[in-house]
Amino acid sequence: MREVDARGLSCPEPIMITDEAVKSGDMPVKVLVSEHHQMINVEKYAASKGKAYKSEEVEDGYVITIE
Amino acid sequence: MNYKNLKVKLGIIGLICGAIAAALAYYGNPANMAFCIGCFLRDTAGALGLHQAAIVQYARPEIIGLVIGAFIISIATKEYKSTAGSSPMTRFVLGIIIMIGTLIFLGCPLRMVIRMSAGDLNAWVALIGFILGVGTGVIALKKGFSLGRAYTTNKVSGTVLPVLMFGVLLLAVFTTVLKTSVAGPGSVHAPLAISLVGGLAFGALAQKSRMCFAGSIRDVMLMKNFDLLAVIGGVFVTMLIFNISMGKFVVGFDTPGVIAHSDHLWNILGMYAVGFAAVLAGGCPLRQLILSGQGSSDAAVTVFGMIFGAALCHNLKLASSGTALNPQTGALVPGAVPLNGKIALIIGIVVLFIIAFTNNRKEGLKFSKK
Repeated sequence: MREVDARGLSCPEPIMITDEAVKSGDMPVKVLVSEHHQMINVEKYAASKGKAYKSEEVEDGYVITIE
Repeated sequence: MNYKNLKVKLGIIGLICGAIAAALAYYGNPANMAFCIGCFLRDTAGALGLHQAAIVQYARPEIIGLVIGAFIISIATKEYKSTAGSSPMTRFVLGIIIMIGTLIFLGCPLRMVIRMSAGDLNAWVALIGFILGVGTGVIALKKGFSLGRAYTTNKVSGTVLPVLMFGVLLLAVFTTVLKTSVAGPGSVHAPLAISLVGGLAFGALAQKSRMCFAGSIRDVMLMKNFDLLAVIGGVFVTMLIFNISMGKFVVGFDTPGVIAHSDHLWNILGMYAVGFAAVLAGGCPLRQLILSGQGSSDAAVTVFGMIFGAALCHNLKLASSGTALNPQTGALVPGAVPLNGKIALIIGIVVLFIIAFTNNRKEGLKFSKK
C-alpha cells in the first residue's frame, strides 16, 4: 500500500507522483488531493491505465484509491 | 465518472470557446486578437495608468469576465477553494517573464493559436519556441521541480482578485477615471457588454474543461495524453473557419496591421520563455486567470506579476512593435524587437533556468510513503 500526499501541488505534479507510486507496484495507491480538478486528473490517469479506482470526499479534499 | 469520449466533449467545448472568440472578433476586437490574455492584461494595466503607452490603454472586459466567470462557476459547482502559500514571489517573477515573452512575440499562447488560424506564419514559427519551452519545463519537472504545496486559507483571500476585477468593471462602466485609448489597438474593441458576456462564458467553459495551452503540449509530452490538446484544437478549428469565411485568412510573414512582426529568432525565444515559464507556474496565462477565479491566491500573484510585467515592458521599452504601412508613403515598415526587450528576455530565460533547478521536491519534501 502506498499513500501519496499531493495536496496543494500544481499541475502536473499530482499525476507525476501518482504515476511513480503506481509504477512501484505497491498497490493499492491512495492519493490525497485538495482540489476537484486534481481528483478528476487522478481518476482519468487511473482509467487510462485500466485500473479500478474509487474516490471519496474528505475534510480537506479528496482521496482516490487506485487498486 | 465516465471518461470515455472525453476528448470529443472537450473538443466541443473548444469549438464553443472558439465561437466566442470569433464573436468578439466579429464585434470589433483587434485583428487576429479576438482574445489575448497577455495583450488584454497589458491594456488593462494601461487603463489603470500603470504604463503610459497611449495606444494600449483599455480595461478589457474579457479579462474581468474570465476571472468572474471562473469564480461564479466554481462557487456554483462547489469547486471554489481558497488556497495560498506555494512560492508566491517566485510565481510573481514567473508572471513577469511570461509577460515579457508575450510582448516580445506580441501574443499569449491563446493569441498564438488565433494568429495561426489566421494564416500568420510568424505564429507557426513561434509555436516551435513554445513547444521547446514547454519541453524544457517538462525536463525540469522530471528532474523534480516543484514550487511546493499551497494550503487552504481563509475563504475571503481567494475572492480578492474576482472582487478587484469587479471593481475595475464598476470604474469602467460608471466613471471616467480609467484611461481609454482613442487610437491604436486599445481603441479597437467589441462593445463592453459583448466583451463581458464573452469573457464570462469563456471563463466558465475554460474552468470546467481545464483549458491550458501549455498544459496541452505538456500532457502530450509527459503522458501521451491528448485531452487538453482536443480543447485547443476546437478553438483553432472554429477560428480557422471564421477567418476563412470572413476573408481574414492571409498567409504570410509580413502582413501589415495585424500586430505581428517577423523577427523569427525573437518570436521563437519569446514563446520559448512563455512555454517554459508556464509549465513552471503550473499553467498558461489563461489558466492562471481561471485558477485565480476559483480561489488560488498563488495564481492571483502570477496574474499580478503579468500585470507588473506589462507595465515594465511599456515603461522600459521592452515590447515589440508590429509590421505596419507608412501612412504617408504606403511603404511596409517591418515590426521589430527593441534592444531593451532582447536583453530583458535573455535575462528572463536565465532566471527561468535558475528557478527550474533551485526548486526541487526531492529536497525534504516527502510526497509519497508506504
